[in-house]
Amino acid sequence: MPIHDQGYRHYSGDRALHGRGWWVIARHGMVAPLRERRFLALLLFAWSPFAVHAVQLYLGATLVRSAFFVATEETFHTFLSQQRLFVFFITIYVGAGLIASDRQANALQVYLSKPITRHDYIGGKLLTLAMFLAAVTWIPAMLLLLLQILFSGSLDFVLDHPRLVPAITLAATLQVVLAAVTMLALSSLSRSRRFAAMLYAGLVIFAGLLDTVLEGVTRNTAWMLISPQNTLLFIIRAIFDGPPDNVALLGSAVAALVALLIACVLILERRVRAVDVVA
Amino acid sequence: MNEPAVVLDGVSVTYGRHEALRNVTAELPTGAIGLLGPNGAGKSTLIKALLGLLPPSSGRMRVLGYDVRESPLAIRARVGYMPESDAHMPGMTAVSFVAYCGELAGLPSSNAMQRAHEVLFYVGLGEARYRNVETYSTGMKQRIKLAQALVHDPDLLFLDEPTNGMDPKGRDEMLALVRDIATMKAITLILSSHLLPDVEFACDHVLVLNRGAVAAQGPIATLKGTSGRVFELRVKGGNASFLDAIRAEGLGCDGETTGVLRVYVPEQRPTQALFQIAAQHGVQVRHLRASVPSLEDVFARALGEPLDAARGKEV
Repeated sequence: MPIHDQGYRHYSGDRALHGRGWWVIARHGMVAPLRERRFLALLLFAWSPFAVHAVQLYLGATLVRSAFFVATEETFHTFLSQQRLFVFFITIYVGAGLIASDRQANALQVYLSKPITRHDYIGGKLLTLAMFLAAVTWIPAMLLLLLQILFSGSLDFVLDHPRLVPAITLAATLQVVLAAVTMLALSSLSRSRRFAAMLYAGLVIFAGLLDTVLEGVTRNTAWMLISPQNTLLFIIRAIFDGPPDNVALLGSAVAALVALLIACVLILERRVRAVDVVA
Repeated sequence: MNEPAVVLDGVSVTYGRHEALRNVTAELPTGAIGLLGPNGAGKSTLIKALLGLLPPSSGRMRVLGYDVRESPLAIRARVGYMPESDAHMPGMTAVSFVAYCGELAGLPSSNAMQRAHEVLFYVGLGEARYRNVETYSTGMKQRIKLAQALVHDPDLLFLDEPTNGMDPKGRDEMLALVRDIATMKAITLILSSHLLPDVEFACDHVLVLNRGAVAAQGPIATLKGTSGRVFELRVKGGNASFLDAIRAEGLGCDGETTGVLRVYVPEQRPTQALFQIAAQHGVQVRHLRASVPSLEDVFARALGEPLDAARGKEV
């Protein structure tokens, strides 16, 4: 009898009902990067602005009554804006290979031969990246707010700024969703994570530079719409400060982001298949 | 009688304008079923359609009693699929890959890990289960694909070219595993292969596809036995006209290029017909021996091609 005959027995244990595949994918996707020291270092570094702001809030609430240290809505807006850099790096680090690497290893046909749907797959991958991005945007921002409450010893700050929690949540959600969906769509376009990373970096950096140049030359702020990042910044500014003078431009900015997200969803819908049909 | 594992009713699948499957109707029983056909015959397309990965343009399919269109997830929960091409999860060890596949198939995490170890030992990768799959040889990658297909203990297994790229020893071991799965573990399997001996070794039923249509189907023993007798024949002189005459008389004939002809004599025709034709064409029969019909004969007849051509395509 061959030695390999020792191993196989029929399985009589539990089986989950269909529909939790997205969570299996997300859980695994979140655990894998956390085993890498480089990524842990990046995450740690991404929390350094939190540490700085925490000290600032402490000083403002306890020791120094200077306007610079006192918490305002702008403190949180500034914090989320600063986190853009880390959102960029984490998106590339985690997101570039999410689908591209699976395509390179032909893993899609393995995934989709299991009792999971394409939407489970996309949802799981999206959640993987979104959780990491939330961990450097929404979570530290809300922790900062919590620290502010603890340092000041009252809920007055939150009560005085009732729009703050929804504003932080909405702004962080927009940051996370835009980065995650865009990166996932770009990752699905290639079998190379490096190429996907270059596409994303190109979209963020060169579109931003082009916007800056064109706005400088033409003095027309509408050029911002060609840069998803600058468009997002404009919307986030409006979330914290209220509608700008140019409401039409805000509407255009929202429409541009929605159009980008729809395009990304369509790309994912088309590219995430177990069988590539070349008709 | 057992319910068929797979029922196909007028199934057509198209890629753009190309019709990969044309009105395929078949019933595949439980057991080991071979899926044969030349490249492009539609074997892999059929498997992917049965998994619900490719929607048919017409027709209905049932797998393990479930309608493919209505219950693809229920089917995939009870089916294992070993794809033809290299396929793995990037950056994973074998045991974590197989356990992950078990979880995706619905097993709880701890059970999936236990099953992964068991299945990896079963396919012969026990000692290498902590290695990254990307470092595996071609043969080991074939085994790991089988392991991920088995981890959730499926009732039906689709194996797409499981011996591709394997050395002779590895191929024998893989076929022994495949046969063991079908006979000792009572898992129905559908084996798509371009290697006729593999199918003959491991399977007891066969479905032959040609250009997207069913060319033959049934138990291999029946298909081999229904066509009369097969003779090996060596002759001297007038070969071409003799062959033409044999075919004109309704006897099949292959193997011109090898020097040994394989002649199919239908049930109702006497063997003497061969000698009569030889005498009429001034051909000496130097050697005549009754032969055992092989799957190659069945395959060649099903495709309506000479055996050499069929061999050239398939082996």
